[in-house]
Amino acid sequence: MHRIEHTVPSMNTPTIAPLPQRAAAIEAALQAHGLDAAGGIAQGVHNAEDVWLPERGARVVAKAWVDAAFRDRLLANGKAAVAELGIELPPHHRHLVALENTATVHNVICCTLCSCTAFTVIGLPPDWYKDLNYRARIVRESRSVLREMGLDLPDAMELRVWDTTADTRYMVLPHRPAHTQGWSEAQLAAIVSKDAMIGVARL
Amino acid sequence: MDGVHDLGGQQGFGPVVHRADAAVFHEDWEKRINALYGVAVRAGIFNMDEYRHAIERMEPRHYMSAGYYERTLTSLATLCVEKGVLSWADLEQRAGGRFPLALPLGPGRSNAADAQAFHIGDRVQVRLEHVSGHVRAPGYIRGKRGVVVHISPAYPFPDAHAHGVPADDEPTYDVRFKSTDLWPDTADNAFVHVGVFQSYLIPAA
Repeated sequence: MHRIEHTVPSMNTPTIAPLPQRAAAIEAALQAHGLDAAGGIAQGVHNAEDVWLPERGARVVAKAWVDAAFRDRLLANGKAAVAELGIELPPHHRHLVALENTATVHNVICCTLCSCTAFTVIGLPPDWYKDLNYRARIVRESRSVLREMGLDLPDAMELRVWDTTADTRYMVLPHRPAHTQGWSEAQLAAIVSKDAMIGVARL
Repeated sequence: MDGVHDLGGQQGFGPVVHRADAAVFHEDWEKRINALYGVAVRAGIFNMDEYRHAIERMEPRHYMSAGYYERTLTSLATLCVEKGVLSWADLEQRAGGRFPLALPLGPGRSNAADAQAFHIGDRVQVRLEHVSGHVRAPGYIRGKRGVVVHISPAYPFPDAHAHGVPADDEPTYDVRFKSTDLWPDTADNAFVHVGVFQSYLIPAA
């Protein structure tokens, strides 16, 4: 570990470089160090834009709705169940817990300490999930925050909040709407949103 | 550490600005830096606990004013400098201005010597302890009692893993707390579940 001098940001020192320049600087420095920064960025941006999409989690949800045995496997071992659909989690996510909503129980996920999510399954977290306001308030002012976000839960509905403080990851298995009886798996998947798998919406 | 990152249950924060089609990224550099820290993790420059702790080590005013990806960027740069992979002067020269990093790393700790295993349904209590280094027990559960509802496989112990301290992997327990036990009289009615490392727990008195 190299000893470095740290300074506190203050007003009377040279200007802080704009963020795009700081980002470009570290990218170029790591490339110069011998890391394939450009290749890694291309792959990572591809994953973020084309692979880690909520449509993946929506396929998991739709299958759980139509296939009771798959639903049971998903609730018992989420990581193994999503692997059946070709969905991998990063190595440090060793466990995926699916949280089943019912007519009387609602689940919502958060990460108060940073912004952890099962991003390879439900998609990367939206801006508001990472915002300080959501992180501070959802555990304590849960029903109020959900109401502000358009989800007004009846008092009788049990609310379960899940704070992602370890490397276990969570996804909400939404309650299947009654009007979807007889729909195909593809039709069902099309109505499952990232918000519903975070738990700030019901379908 | 008792830092500003430990936001759960803090009061005075405003409405969540929510849109149904909310963006993940707002600028191109955010996508690139999100990919780049993953490159550094896969290259073995640092692990996820070091990454999270370097974000927590940001000077509090910097942390609070930075967006999510500025925190990612700052952690990545800090760890690359601390590990001797990059030089801070070189980063500032390339960036054409100051490049604020996080504050220095302090000591970590290994697993609790008296840690014990629990089972689903056990009543547990979170140790009443104040840790200066990395810790993944949010302050709002400190000393509180709850019930184990899930058990995870063993994970690296963050308090050690973020500091290069040897430790055994240990399971985490999803512990169910009542919001009204956490914040009597000033919480909406709900169960709050937290993933709690074994070393943070003792049997409920």
